Amino acid sequence: MLRNTFRNAVLSAALATAATANAAYDVDILPPASPIARQIYDLHWAILWVCVAIFVLVFGAMFYSVFKHRKAAGAKAAQFHENTTVEIIWTVIPFLILIGMAYPATKTVLEMKDASNPDLTIKVTAYQWAWEYDYLQDGVKFNSLLATPRSQIEEWEKKGDKKNADYLLEVNNPMVVPVGKKVRLLITSNDVIHGWYVPQLGVNQYGIPGFVKDTWFTADKPGRYRGQCSQICGKEHGYMPIVVIAKTPDEYAAWVKEQKAKMPQAEAAHAAVAAAAVPADDPNKKWTADELKANGEKVFAANCVACHQVTGKGLPPAFPPLDGSKVVTGPKAAQLALVLHGKPNTAMASFARLSDSELASVITYTRNAWGNKTGEAIQPAEVKAARK
Amino acid sequence: MSAAAPAHDHHDDHAHDHAHPAGLKRWLFTTNHKDIGTLYLWFSFAMFLTGGVMALLIRAELFQPGLQFLNPEFFNSLTTVHGLVMVFGAIMPAWVGFANWLIPMQIGAADMAFPRMNNWSFWLVVPAAILLVSSFFVPGGAAASGWTLYPPLIIQQGISVDMTILAVHILGASSIMGSINIITTILNLRAPGMTLMKMPLFVWTWLITAYLLIAVMPVLAGSVTMLLTDRHFGTSFFNAAGGGDPTMFMHIFWFFGHPEVYIMILPAFGVISAIIPAFARKPLFGYASMVYATASIAILSFIVWGHHMFTVGMPAAGQLFFMYATMLIAVPTGVKIFNWIATMWQGSMTFETPMLFSIGFLCLFAIGGFSGLVLAITPVDITIHNTYYVVAHFHYVLVSGALFAIFAGVYFWLPKWTGHMYHEGLGKLHFWLSVIGFNVAFFPQHFLGLAGMPRRIPDYALQFAEWNMVSSIGAFIFGFSQLLFLYIVIECIRSDRKAADNPWEGADTLEWTHLPSPAPYHTFETAPVVK
Repeated sequence: MLRNTFRNAVLSAALATAATANAAYDVDILPPASPIARQIYDLHWAILWVCVAIFVLVFGAMFYSVFKHRKAAGAKAAQFHENTTVEIIWTVIPFLILIGMAYPATKTVLEMKDASNPDLTIKVTAYQWAWEYDYLQDGVKFNSLLATPRSQIEEWEKKGDKKNADYLLEVNNPMVVPVGKKVRLLITSNDVIHGWYVPQLGVNQYGIPGFVKDTWFTADKPGRYRGQCSQICGKEHGYMPIVVIAKTPDEYAAWVKEQKAKMPQAEAAHAAVAAAAVPADDPNKKWTADELKANGEKVFAANCVACHQVTGKGLPPAFPPLDGSKVVTGPKAAQLALVLHGKPNTAMASFARLSDSELASVITYTRNAWGNKTGEAIQPAEVKAARK
Repeated sequence: MSAAAPAHDHHDDHAHDHAHPAGLKRWLFTTNHKDIGTLYLWFSFAMFLTGGVMALLIRAELFQPGLQFLNPEFFNSLTTVHGLVMVFGAIMPAWVGFANWLIPMQIGAADMAFPRMNNWSFWLVVPAAILLVSSFFVPGGAAASGWTLYPPLIIQQGISVDMTILAVHILGASSIMGSINIITTILNLRAPGMTLMKMPLFVWTWLITAYLLIAVMPVLAGSVTMLLTDRHFGTSFFNAAGGGDPTMFMHIFWFFGHPEVYIMILPAFGVISAIIPAFARKPLFGYASMVYATASIAILSFIVWGHHMFTVGMPAAGQLFFMYATMLIAVPTGVKIFNWIATMWQGSMTFETPMLFSIGFLCLFAIGGFSGLVLAITPVDITIHNTYYVVAHFHYVLVSGALFAIFAGVYFWLPKWTGHMYHEGLGKLHFWLSVIGFNVAFFPQHFLGLAGMPRRIPDYALQFAEWNMVSSIGAFIFGFSQLLFLYIVIECIRSDRKAADNPWEGADTLEWTHLPSPAPYHTFETAPVVK
């Protein structure tokens, strides 16, 4: 009731000032899609209503006083200034109300922290700025990145793409989970602190470099649940969406099969023993320079473009240009070392997680793109050698 | 407080006895608590406008989805420096300005206990602010990690971070000197007969605040020093690869950061406790329980820092402890609100600008308190942690709490400070524009947070577009109304509306009963006797 009244009041005020089409003036938590999220939802509304009731009572009394006891209406000031009984009563009553609130909240906390006996465990590693999902039992592993084209975002360049409905909330590879199963997440990070946040599943957990934290959820019904990184993680913090698709167990099994087929054989075997520090591909394959450049452009677009830009000009001085860079046009060993190990105390992270072929391609690409004309190619075998 | 006759005669001549430097030298070398108070207040207003411009740039960018004006890196710098400037540059110095002006006058002292150190406290703040703001112009741009400066992100950034750390060190030194001064003044220089339990509540709240500052500023200094050595001297306090822990920074930072919230709000409680009785023409209800509640809030503030960290993955016992401790703060805070309302009850109220801002403070600060209670509930916090709900919550506490109390206090004491009355009509206009602009700006942010919009993002998904537009409109109304405030203060200083010695019927502390308006340059050469 109150919600609607308020909503309508603000709605009409807002429409009067700024008429917008397709108004979505949501005033509520998103519909919960897991048992924990439902408890959170109920807790929130219960506490909110208690607060509203107290607010109305207390400030009702105040406004009554403001209206009745004003000098303009001839009120004469009384001179009382303390009353121990009253003061004790209004210390004890709020205390009892708080106990009433703490009881259900405690039950929910204990349930949320119980990540035991999962049906499925997924390791989530956060990167600047991508999520990596590693299905520990099923041997599936992939990266998940923002899929909204940059032309929709960067309006200052007037590229003029129309924003689609899932603007900034779409990814190339969503996390897929089976409905009704307890999914345990092991969350960590490779560089800075990130937050894996999907409100409809009741999960918000920091990924902290060097530590693994766990949490869990069970999706109630098939659907697509969206979230974003919740902890500021640098310049692309606003561009780190999360998509979880809940499928029936059969559909999930089919999806796993399909994913495995997509993965290189060696990689699948490797992941099965859950020790896939380095994605394996065929490092002994000889690529032509053109193949490397074409593949490298794709790798660049997925991993490097946020900082170094499509033009290779970067965003100096925080994010240096690659076009004309001394590192990129100098000896290739130095560039390879930088890409493999990162540069300490800067946003240039280690990209050792990419495969030998990916690294070889992207290095070859940068050495020959824009104004860089080294004419040099670097083969996966060289990357493999440099890893040691 | 005593009710002796105003001591005009004794002041009018002594102001001329001691010649004091004029012009630039007066302000650079002054050891007078009123001059230093004035310097602090003008400095804080300048920083308030600086931080405000940053806020409006942020809101301009968020007016519509897409990137229109700013790039993401600069956006992050703006959110970071806006926070630091408002906390350390605007709100805290404003309260120190109030302390300097009012504490000696309210306890019947001649000046602060350490006047030369007082001068230092102020003149340290200026270079720190310059360091902080000029970090926008160094290679790499200003710190862009959020005002909480969490590693490892902060480790990645450039020279500006070192400037910010240095600024924080200097500000901390200044705060500690100021606190030592305030505590010594209050404990040693009270007029005969003024026992602790007869002190005006503003003095009480500042006494407690000063202890909080001394307790936590070194903690902040320690944590940023560890950042500095991690950045430059090869230590690994916060780097897991070297045996450290990024979570440890959060613990240390919030051990400072949560009491810091009360450093910004306790003096506000004191100001409101002066204004409401004056305009209700009735003594403050429950003076003793106000003092005890203030002390309880201060003590509790040290054991609740973990509620900023429910999502780092602390054990259930930790989450429960911090949840219960945090919820407990609602009890003493509730006592204060009830006492203020009981003070108004059966009063004889008038509604000049200071009273309007006080009533605005009561209602809106209570909303901030309620959203704080919602956030204290661990499971609910987890679902809205680091969303706009949190942004809305702390702006309700810090803007309609601390800032509105500052406005209330400025209007209340302007007659005593300047000897002139401000323009009442314009003051009321300022109140209404502020209160409407503020609510339009920040109330919808609760909805954005509930719908899952993270804070500190330069661009957002389309379902957040409508409330963001409303919020930006409110922010611009609120921001530009502050220029009206500037005009009102300048107009008041220049006006010829002579203020009475006690322009408020119900005000009864020493500065109203024993001093002329404007208060003379040297306050009490002979201490008044309080009965």
